[in-house]
Amino acid sequence: MSQANQELHELAKKEYEHGFVTDIESDTLPPGLDEDTVRAISARKKEPQWMLDWRLEAFAKWQEMTPPKWPYLDLPEIDFQSISYYSAPKKPEDGPKSLDEVDPKLIETYNKLGIPLEEQKLLAGVTEATDVAVDAVFDSVSVKTTYSERLAEDGIIFCSLSEAIHDHPDLIKQYMASVVPVTDNFFAALNCAVFTDGSFVYIPKGVRCPMELSTYFRINAQNTGQFERTLIIAEEGSYVSYLEGCTAPQRDENQLHAAVVELVAMKDAEIKYSTVQNWYPGDETGKGGIYNFVTKRAECRGDNSKVSWTQVETGSAITWKYPSCVLKGDNSTGEFYSVALSSLSQQADTGTKMIHLGKNTSSTIVAKGVSAMKGQNAYRGLVHIGKSADGARNYTQCDSLLLGDTCGAHTFPYMEVKNPTAQVEHEATTSKIGDDQLFYCQQRGISEEDAVSMIVNGFCKEVFKELPMEFAVEAQKLLSVSLEGAVG
Amino acid sequence: MLEIKDLHVSVDGNEILKGINLSVGTGEVHAIMGPNGSGKSTLSYILSGKDGYDVTAGSVTYEGKDLLEMETDERACEGIFLAFQYPVEIPGVNNTYFLKAAVNAKRKYQGLEELDAMGFMKLMKEKMPIVEMKQDLLTRSVNVGFSGGEKKRNEIFQMAVLEPKLALLDETDSGLDIDALRIVANGVNSLRNEERSMVVVTHYQRLLDYIEPDFVHVLSDGKIIKSGDKSLALELEDKGYSWLDKSA
Amino acid sequence: MSEVIEHYVSEHASLKDVLPGNDLSWLNESRDAALQQLSTQGFPTLRAEDWKYTSIRPIEKRQFKLAQEVGHSVDATSINGYLYKDLDCHLMVFVDGRFSAPLSNLGDLARGITIKDLSTALREDSDVLKTHLCSAADMTRNGFAAMNAAFMSDGAFIELDKNCVVDLPIHLMFLSTGQHEELTSQSRILILAGDNSQAKIIESYHAQQDSVYFNNITTEVKLGRNANLEHYKVQEESKKAFHVATLQVDQQRDSTFTSHSVSLGAQLARNDINSWMGDEGATCNLYGLYVADGRQHTDFHTRIDHAKPHCSSNEYYKGILDGHSRAVFNGQVHVHPDAQKSDAQQANNNLLLSKDAEIDTKPQLEIYADDVTAAHGATVGQLDENMMFYLRSRGIDYNSAHALLVYGFAHSVIEKMSLAPLRKHLESALVSRIPNAGQFSDMVED
Repeated sequence: MSQANQELHELAKKEYEHGFVTDIESDTLPPGLDEDTVRAISARKKEPQWMLDWRLEAFAKWQEMTPPKWPYLDLPEIDFQSISYYSAPKKPEDGPKSLDEVDPKLIETYNKLGIPLEEQKLLAGVTEATDVAVDAVFDSVSVKTTYSERLAEDGIIFCSLSEAIHDHPDLIKQYMASVVPVTDNFFAALNCAVFTDGSFVYIPKGVRCPMELSTYFRINAQNTGQFERTLIIAEEGSYVSYLEGCTAPQRDENQLHAAVVELVAMKDAEIKYSTVQNWYPGDETGKGGIYNFVTKRAECRGDNSKVSWTQVETGSAITWKYPSCVLKGDNSTGEFYSVALSSLSQQADTGTKMIHLGKNTSSTIVAKGVSAMKGQNAYRGLVHIGKSADGARNYTQCDSLLLGDTCGAHTFPYMEVKNPTAQVEHEATTSKIGDDQLFYCQQRGISEEDAVSMIVNGFCKEVFKELPMEFAVEAQKLLSVSLEGAVG
Repeated sequence: MLEIKDLHVSVDGNEILKGINLSVGTGEVHAIMGPNGSGKSTLSYILSGKDGYDVTAGSVTYEGKDLLEMETDERACEGIFLAFQYPVEIPGVNNTYFLKAAVNAKRKYQGLEELDAMGFMKLMKEKMPIVEMKQDLLTRSVNVGFSGGEKKRNEIFQMAVLEPKLALLDETDSGLDIDALRIVANGVNSLRNEERSMVVVTHYQRLLDYIEPDFVHVLSDGKIIKSGDKSLALELEDKGYSWLDKSA
Repeated sequence: MSEVIEHYVSEHASLKDVLPGNDLSWLNESRDAALQQLSTQGFPTLRAEDWKYTSIRPIEKRQFKLAQEVGHSVDATSINGYLYKDLDCHLMVFVDGRFSAPLSNLGDLARGITIKDLSTALREDSDVLKTHLCSAADMTRNGFAAMNAAFMSDGAFIELDKNCVVDLPIHLMFLSTGQHEELTSQSRILILAGDNSQAKIIESYHAQQDSVYFNNITTEVKLGRNANLEHYKVQEESKKAFHVATLQVDQQRDSTFTSHSVSLGAQLARNDINSWMGDEGATCNLYGLYVADGRQHTDFHTRIDHAKPHCSSNEYYKGILDGHSRAVFNGQVHVHPDAQKSDAQQANNNLLLSKDAEIDTKPQLEIYADDVTAAHGATVGQLDENMMFYLRSRGIDYNSAHALLVYGFAHSVIEKMSLAPLRKHLESALVSRIPNAGQFSDMVED
């Protein structure tokens, strides 16, 4: 074993920084999943009948489906009956109105997570503090939606999905599952049946959202599945940037997370969706850790619309997500920038689908995979150029960096081209951090740990530069932390 | 400053250095010459602490400390600088950023305050003329896409910025045309002073026309077989290495 | 069991006593096992990942019959048209899948080289064949491999002793006459190249008429230490034919295998090319060109296994698609955990010339070692506008410039071939195939 590997393994034993359990009483359903569970969830959320019917239909369909069996993805058997499908903090109705009113434990949790004080203040509604609005989803129920009022001045709706179901049923009926159909895949169907909450964003015509919208997701209560749903609608000529960040406490049992995110961009609209995901990855032997099955899809419905996905995925035992763009409108643009780090015994299976249907549509894919220890990293992507997509362009770059000799990197880039005027380019490389590179850095006085971190950050910087500034800093920090835990 | 005593070094069980004795005083410039495969590069690597070289006997003392006990980066922070024969490319890592990290690692080690971006840029501006360093090379990834000459210039530039006590120049002249050689050599000469020692490893005498050594040693088959002053280099150029092999 | 599979099972039962080597119990067992495999597995469907884009329904819809005898109506003069001009070679001719001794011309064979048809080899070298036949090609891979293993009715056995260097290329010519309806031939080629041996082998496929038939071929290659084999395959089947072929290579230390595969004919052509580099220092080069128009469907699936350190692989495939044609390229490179210092390079470039053509390409890297240099690239697109502009600025009209650039695009694959007569033949074939390229026929080197 080289010196680098040795150090890597030693540092790997460092504990997960965000591993702690907040002791807040939860209103939790007993484990198990049947029609009654679905009814119970709907009842707790006081949902209208149409929503319950919708859930039940989804549940019936889900029961006929099977989990995906894909090459090179090792999915464990999940006992869906051993999971609790609903968990809400004790005070969901009258959420805290000032920092003092917020459960101190919760504040402490956010402190440990490193959520900036400014954003914490937002939880208490100190609105003039910053330009970031946080819809903090603590477990499953939106604890507090902030900034809503100020956003409402522009006609922007930013609220929990539950609220939206009550307050904006027409929008929900019109758009929910219009991008990701109920039966799209096994996990999406499950989400439709049992989703607990999530965020809803509506940007009216011509409005440029004045701030970054952000949500922190956390998984907390023991044995609780997390089933978020996010729906963002950007009307003609509007713009919104949405940030999503996640961390979770350490625990032994695997936790299931099956989220659905739908984005709709109308003519000339632009949506930027950024994610930093750092859920508990499990330990070195593969014990514990979150199973993260996410269906994220955007539809560029109008001409000249644009959707950009940026993600930094460092956590979870299994990550299974393919933020995609359906480019329907002419001249519409889809982008996907991704950093996926898999260390310990993590599996990161991620990528994107770019479906080109409109004329002169273009897409860019930049995927960076970093594998260390026993981590397995797969890029799975599809670029589809439909018959009608004259002048479509795609550029895909997908690079893998390997650290240590027990990890793996795999790429499965599908390209389907049915139009002769398309230009599709795919480039991929696989490399390792060379001993000669480390020696060179060390000879200049830079420690091995810093050298590795520097090289990995350099490797990922094309993606980081796509993140909003505050997120980029966090992402770099996250990567360094993850590398401390995995590399050195 | 540097005291090498009866140093034996093996790589994969093959003995490369077979008893080197060398003493380098403060401010001195020593040239080490020798044919390919004589162990010249091994000597620079062992002094800078590269993995894969086993010291089987002997000692190296640097400023009174056991050099062989120190980590690579520790040695660098103690003032040892190696100008690589083949500078390594590091994609994605900005040259300026890299150098700033190196400068600050050293300052931290010395208990000095780390330089901020402004202070560092000032330092860079000051040092750039030494090797006629082009601005755009600083913003590119370390050595990536650099020509051979640019890489060597970058090495000497780094040396200027890091201000080592002991500089090891490993075949700095190889692969350079005469103009590039002149720039690099001028850079090195401007960095010569009473406190700074240098060990210049080279295959060719021509470098020594520009960087005049105080001492010349000839390394052959893992041993220093002859030492002398600058005239030894000229004699070697004249008669070739085989002359020494025979006389040795 | 589907109807078509039942057909082949009964076909096998009726042929059992006439298939070559029917007195060899090991072979009969192997054939039976393969048939069993075929009847349980059937032919691959679109649900199988490796057949996702290639439907073999047209093959399944027909009930092909195995040719029983050599077509005697083929004479030496009609063979001439398929020989490569100026190519001295050891020639074996197969007519409708059956070896024809009168048409073949092995010439003077150097010491240390064995070239035989399969029946003869099974009689005379059964011990060697017992060890090696079916040892490289995995008959469980899919229904077609199993079918070939069950039926293998003829083919070639080529063995090179240690240090044997064959100067002349060995040409295996497969000619379909179209004299009978819906024939299938199930050919098997076994190539054993001893340590330090060296040879060039050509497989070529031709048709006398535009008829419907089904060629299912398996070629097994085993390279000893430091052996060097260049394998050429030129597929110019009838535009109505079905061509399914597997080339399975097993490489020992320091061996070099180079494949040039050109796919021009057939209604449906599927090529699986797999190399297992089982020891250090091996090199595998796979080059390919596919040109399709009309309703042709062409599919290349390659898999290179880097099982040990210090092996290198190069893949370079190009495709030109016109009309309603469709092409599939899947390039899998698998670097095993031990295989440090592997170097794997791959490129697949495609030109779509028509709005109805389609390409599905997937360069697939699976890396389980950390000290690896691997890169792959794939492009789909059109001709470079700057090049077009440059040519036109020199007075060349649009159509000619277009033809010239398409030709140049394809030529970069052909020019990697070391056999000049073959290169020349393919240049001519390209010129006649690319629209408006006829005017450049004088460009073909003499």
